[in-house]
Amino acid sequence: MAEIRIENLRKSFGSFVAVQESSFTVEDGEFLALLGPSGCGKTTTLRMIAGLELPTSGSILLDKEDVTFNRARDRDIAFVFQLFALYPHMNVRKNIGFPLLAQGVAKAEIRARVEETARLLQIDHILDKPVSGLAGGDRQRVALGRAIVRRPKCFLMDEPLGTLDAEFRNVMVHELRELHNRIKATTIYVTHDQLEAMAMADKIAVMNHGVIEQFGSPQQIYDHPASIYVADFIGSPPMNFIGFGGGIAKGATSVQVGDAAVAVPEALEDVSAGDMVLGVRPEHVRFSDAAPLRGSIYGVEYLGTTQIVVVETAYGFCKVRAPADQVFRIGEAVGLDLDATRLSLFRKDTGKAIRTVRAGEMAHG
Amino acid sequence: MSGLSSAHSVVEPGIWSKRIAGTLVVIYALITMIPLLWIFATSLKSPPDSISYPPKILFTPTVEGYCNLFTTRSRQTQDYIESLGPPANVCEEIARDRSMVVVGASKYWPRFVNSLVIAFGSTFLAVFLGTLAAYGFSRFKVPLADDLLFFILSTRMMPPIAVAIPIYLMYRELGLSDTALGMILLYTAVNVSLAVWLLKGFIDEIPREYEEAALIDGYTRLQAFVKVVLPQATTGIAATAIFCLIFAWNEYAFAVLLTSGTAQTAPPFIPTIIGEGGMDWPAVGAGTTIFLVPILVFTILLRKHLLRGITFGAVRK
Repeated sequence: MAEIRIENLRKSFGSFVAVQESSFTVEDGEFLALLGPSGCGKTTTLRMIAGLELPTSGSILLDKEDVTFNRARDRDIAFVFQLFALYPHMNVRKNIGFPLLAQGVAKAEIRARVEETARLLQIDHILDKPVSGLAGGDRQRVALGRAIVRRPKCFLMDEPLGTLDAEFRNVMVHELRELHNRIKATTIYVTHDQLEAMAMADKIAVMNHGVIEQFGSPQQIYDHPASIYVADFIGSPPMNFIGFGGGIAKGATSVQVGDAAVAVPEALEDVSAGDMVLGVRPEHVRFSDAAPLRGSIYGVEYLGTTQIVVVETAYGFCKVRAPADQVFRIGEAVGLDLDATRLSLFRKDTGKAIRTVRAGEMAHG
Repeated sequence: MSGLSSAHSVVEPGIWSKRIAGTLVVIYALITMIPLLWIFATSLKSPPDSISYPPKILFTPTVEGYCNLFTTRSRQTQDYIESLGPPANVCEEIARDRSMVVVGASKYWPRFVNSLVIAFGSTFLAVFLGTLAAYGFSRFKVPLADDLLFFILSTRMMPPIAVAIPIYLMYRELGLSDTALGMILLYTAVNVSLAVWLLKGFIDEIPREYEEAALIDGYTRLQAFVKVVLPQATTGIAATAIFCLIFAWNEYAFAVLLTSGTAQTAPPFIPTIIGEGGMDWPAVGAGTTIFLVPILVFTILLRKHLLRGITFGAVRK
């Protein structure tokens, strides 16, 4: 088990920059999810850590040792591919034992360790079957088995649940996290699915266009998004954005949105006049007839435990999470009361969050 | 027609289409079989039967053609033949009926062995080089890869015989004329372009993840190639090998031009089998029949792969 440290990692293919000056550290035994849309550089980052691509610049430290230009086979890491890459000409047992064969482990020990791994993953009954006929979940477990059998320093997983159907994916999310809790291996998990990332990871790195937009725990990422991009990417439905003009002075506790004054967390920096964005999660908006921010009901999405009410305002649509039993009529005029302690403020030009008392809290704790 | 009223799948051909297609295939197969059957029949005829007009469909089979193919005989006086003991084998008996005695083996067997050595040798080399080259083109950034691949393909754009004279002169200078090595090199050079292109198609279809998984699992690139890529490329390699072998086995023009003695292959030898008063057609038929056997066996053994090879790229695993 080991710590993975990435320093100023950069990868360009010709003029296209896939990963830009990324730095982060995954502590020993931690589960990191690299989260982002396709083409954001998350897989490239993972492949560089694995040694399947060489970085243009920067360095990769595995357990304090610089492995930036080491061959993949000299890094002692395991990789689970999106399509599993089980060797089709071998049966399950041989697939799982293949990494041990490379290390020159004795036959009897290979057998013992393969069987131990298979028991851990509950696939010992299919050990002698060919991999071609396996169901998706079993293929997934075999791929995991091949990864854990050699007890590597860390695991890298490239969207391993991407090809499974939704129902089974939930089962595997649970199993993967269980497995991680049991073997405590440092893991980097690439996914485009925020639910997977939130459910499994200790830390999440949100990537966009080759840049790590935010690195933090799922709670930090959700509650204190560092940029509009992160706020929009995380959460279902995502954060509501209300654009407004004007600056904000250090110490200010309210902003002017149109005619309405909206209370916000105390700003810790001066922002010169310009377009700004107020961000609020759907669950932090309440309906209140007295609220100055007005709108009308546009539509309702019923979710069972809650419902998402879409309200049309002068600043665009605002989604509100409301109790499922509340009844709304389309076109009904409503007032929106924003929870002042949970708001985020962003600069529209850079997309970056403005430091507020809330954000300050985050930084300290 | 009747198909209109009955419900059937819109993508499956109807029963009548299948029957018509099946009939056409059978007719085609029969037509292509006629020359082969005729050759086989000729090999079992006596020399007079083989050239009788109208041709004989029904005849008394004899192994005379095969005897004549494998032996050389010389005419002797009746007294001498009667002075000999009983014939040792069936060939001797047939020869004596024609007032001849067997004096030794013919050159057919050495020529056949030459064919085996040259065809299988060049096939092995072409497939070996082709696999490595195809893997390189498929997996690595080769500078000017497209141009190189086009260049490799372009060697097949003219009939090989167009370069016969330069090759003849070159081989004479190099001392490669009439050597098995020379023929192996020549057929390899012709086949390697086919091998590279066919195999590149197959290897492109093998996902890179397999090798990457092997690299991470602790193997070198070469080990990953041998243990992971090759087993999955067997279909492509087998199909390519059949195509290369068929070419090298059947090649006639260069064999006539460049081999005359020690390295002569079977194709140029068979038409030179002369009997009494002209071609010995039963022996030619016998030589051709035997010549067809290895390629037949090889093709039947690998026929599953051959079918996949012909449809390669069309089906994803």
